[in-house]
Amino acid sequence: MKVSIYRYNPETDREPYMQDYEVDIAGKDLMVLDVLALIKDRDSSLTYRRSCREGVCGSDGMNINGKNGLACITPLSEVAPGVLEGKKPLVVRPLPGLPVIRDLAVDMTMFYNQYEKVKPYLINETPAPAIERLQTPEDRAKIDGLYECILCACCSTSCPSFWWNPEKFLGPAALLQSYRFLADSRDQATTERLGHLDDPFSLFRCRGIMNCVSVCPKGLNPTRAIGHIRSMLLERAV
Amino acid sequence: MVTSVTSLGRNGLSDWLVQRVSAYLLAVYAIGLMAYLLCNPGLEYAAWYALMTSVPMQIINTLVVFSIAAHAWVGLWTVTTDYLNGPQLGRSATGVRLGVQALLVLLILVYVLWGLVMIWGGA
Repeated sequence: MKVSIYRYNPETDREPYMQDYEVDIAGKDLMVLDVLALIKDRDSSLTYRRSCREGVCGSDGMNINGKNGLACITPLSEVAPGVLEGKKPLVVRPLPGLPVIRDLAVDMTMFYNQYEKVKPYLINETPAPAIERLQTPEDRAKIDGLYECILCACCSTSCPSFWWNPEKFLGPAALLQSYRFLADSRDQATTERLGHLDDPFSLFRCRGIMNCVSVCPKGLNPTRAIGHIRSMLLERAV
Repeated sequence: MVTSVTSLGRNGLSDWLVQRVSAYLLAVYAIGLMAYLLCNPGLEYAAWYALMTSVPMQIINTLVVFSIAAHAWVGLWTVTTDYLNGPQLGRSATGVRLGVQALLVLLILVYVLWGLVMIWGGA
């Protein structure tokens, strides 16, 4: 099959280019990461991030035939019709909107800066109990669909609002994390957290196009979380 | 928290609310007006004139003009801050954005005043 990969080494290349490889997959429905590994065996200059290779660490987020996803859990048969059969090439690019360090590795600083802004940790000033802060099963259930985020950045880098204003709009990943703590019965900083979200950019730049939902490899729904935060802001202010 | 002094209400929640409420008002108005036109085929100028110069309709039309103005400003402000910024225009972005925003605000104000003259001018 034909594989087309975005290549860019800022030390030697004046500009990025697409490099084509011919890979023998022996008819197997490999994961995209396996195909990249086969290429790296032949061309060790190819650069990409990977670690757990099973969709848990979030290192290998990339743009695969136009859609962001984790290479390690994206089988060729799910990339696009005809890719597995070799009728269409596999096209791999770095996550859009972030500066490219080299080939498929991007600089995630802007993404992490926005994550840091939402204070992604429990804020509770009461003395810690001897063992743990307890929750009812119902309260615990409220953070399902939120805590599972692995910060792979597939969602935020598929969001045009994040592309245009990556320093002002928090992006779906950070907003999902923000709601994860707003929804946590043990957190006491609700007012302070909401107070940082009601400007025209941080949250309200979301136009609800739901690219984030369509690409999330963990099946999470940042748009719904953003809607919940909006409702909380509304309840507080109207 | 991001500071913004050119958005309609300086606050994302109020802009969002104004955009939603004005959208509902415009939708109801458009559907209502279309229904009136469909129910009155062969409408004469005199009947149309009488409708538009009745006080309830003058008040509704005024609300619609203000709704269009507010809705347009929230939307166009968003467009200017999305597409007329650093990644697209580099260092001149702030000047271009501010210029376009000023032009749009003035245009919207002209439309509002012009609309009010048409509605209440009593021609």
